[in-house]
Amino acid sequence: MSDKDNNIVSSRRAFLGGAVAAGAGALTANAANAQTPDPLITEIQPWAQEFGDGVDAVRYGLPIEHEGDVIRRNVEWLTADTVSSINFTPIHALDGTITPQGCAFERHHSGAIDLKKEDYRLMINGLVDTPLVFSYADLERFPRENHVYFCECAANTGMEWAGAQLNGAQFTHGMIHNMEYTGVPLRTLLEEAGLDTAGDLAGKWVFVEGADASSNGRSIPMEKALDDVLVAFKANGEALRKEHGYPVRLVVPGWEGNMWVKWIRRIEVMDAPVESREETSKYTDTLEDGTSRKWTWAMDAKSVVTSPSPQAPIKHGTGPLVITGLAWSGRGAITRVDVSKDGGKNWETARLAKPGEKMALTRFYLDTDWDGSEMMLQSRAMDDTGYVQPTKTQLREVRGLNSIYHNNCIQTWLVRSNGEAENVEVS
Amino acid sequence: PAFAGKFGLGRPALPEEISAWDGDITPDGTGLPVGSGDALDGEEIFAEKCASCHGDFAEGLGNWPKLAGGADTLNHEDPLKTVGSYWPYLTTTFDYIKRSMPYGDAGSLTDDEVYAMVAYILYSNDLIEDDFVLSNETFFDVEMPNANGFIVDNRAETEYAQWTGEPCMQDCKDVVEVTMRALVLDVTPDQGGAA
Repeated sequence: MSDKDNNIVSSRRAFLGGAVAAGAGALTANAANAQTPDPLITEIQPWAQEFGDGVDAVRYGLPIEHEGDVIRRNVEWLTADTVSSINFTPIHALDGTITPQGCAFERHHSGAIDLKKEDYRLMINGLVDTPLVFSYADLERFPRENHVYFCECAANTGMEWAGAQLNGAQFTHGMIHNMEYTGVPLRTLLEEAGLDTAGDLAGKWVFVEGADASSNGRSIPMEKALDDVLVAFKANGEALRKEHGYPVRLVVPGWEGNMWVKWIRRIEVMDAPVESREETSKYTDTLEDGTSRKWTWAMDAKSVVTSPSPQAPIKHGTGPLVITGLAWSGRGAITRVDVSKDGGKNWETARLAKPGEKMALTRFYLDTDWDGSEMMLQSRAMDDTGYVQPTKTQLREVRGLNSIYHNNCIQTWLVRSNGEAENVEVS
Repeated sequence: PAFAGKFGLGRPALPEEISAWDGDITPDGTGLPVGSGDALDGEEIFAEKCASCHGDFAEGLGNWPKLAGGADTLNHEDPLKTVGSYWPYLTTTFDYIKRSMPYGDAGSLTDDEVYAMVAYILYSNDLIEDDFVLSNETFFDVEMPNANGFIVDNRAETEYAQWTGEPCMQDCKDVVEVTMRALVLDVTPDQGGAA
């Protein structure tokens, strides 16, 4: 038995131990079944008798210690070291759509740098009427917008191209976060520098790069730059976290996370793309015949069941079960999510918690009655372009096994009758 | 007016500031500085500043990137993508090394040193002879093997039409069998403690 199995078993034991008043061995932890009075009710508990913490105990709070499992996790073998690496959002334990910043995934190429607002400068140069330098304070004086968008790493689910590999939604689908951003449209800043010099804007590009050593330079076509790209300085109501680009990052709705340049320091208007390292060596998708797609910017419609899942087994036995998950599309809004319990043979349409929003995470629920039999759980997203999330087989037929990026296949969890779940592939 | 836009925010960037930050080099060579270096010079710098990660012959140590090798492997089961086998433009190699390498000491190389390093990587990939002097003038004498290996995103033509429309809801397959299991590999990190 692996460590992983041990953990699932021990967490189930811990759960059962905690629910001992409901009757040992009763998988259906149902208070109505209690044979003896519950001491948590019949005995006065300390929290009902003594004081809790004062309002001056914590000036900026962290989650309660009992939620210590809801953390970012690293997979050491994926990369050579931790400063050009990735970690994973604990999506198996979250609900709703907004990702708490403190456990929202990180991807750096030369570490998370510390850049003070006082030291921050943003340059706009190239084919503009007047090359400009902005301070952080300047940026806060432009008219602002607020939008919720997902940021999904191009490599999310990338380790799963060749087969079922990592056992948990956090690891297979957790290179993603979804925040409410406040910022200035990139269009506003480009217009401040003036685009008359650039002439015909069709076919023009902007090159954006960060202040960190890796720079993460990427080329973005002008049409997108003038459309919905944001120069953001707040996320989920507060300043960006250091690891997410403090004090300013680029938000590129619907497009692969690599282009969401953090600690952004320069925007250059150009008449051609730079073809930088991050759009030639990396973030290009090799097909079976050896040619590679470049500029695969949009993240296609995708979904995953977050619970039950390998890290979120069913612990309550048979009866009512909430199957829930996330769906998103970089090409529009999610309109529908179907869920299958038998590996894609038959499907039921799930309930969206709220109507899908463009390029943002959407929460779905399928409220069901579980009879304890084995399930092969899948979810299938549809977006407002009519696109239906494909199977891994369908993706492989077009792309082969070596694309690395943009794996938006349907995920299968094998849920056994004991409630434990495993990442599998099915025929 | 000093300001182009309607808000009058920001101030004009000075030429020295632009040249300090604007270092990008496009595939047509725009941005390449004047300078030169050869593989013999590059070998020395590489041994001192790069080989501890990328290996003496740019072959890569451990999980660190391999910069050489992998010719004609792109359609193999496990393609080896290096500067020689994969990168379409040599300008990217210069641009990236100059801006972001050595790892942990980025931007510390002179232009001549970068030319020498690029030459050493080309030599390690058997793309130049050891007496070839790489400079802004000879830069495009080097042919990159995979220069024509890239196509612009064609998902709209190859994927979207066949994955659009009302999907099957009932009796979509005859048999469903598990064909692959993550627990067989057992490479998921232990989640007992902090990550």
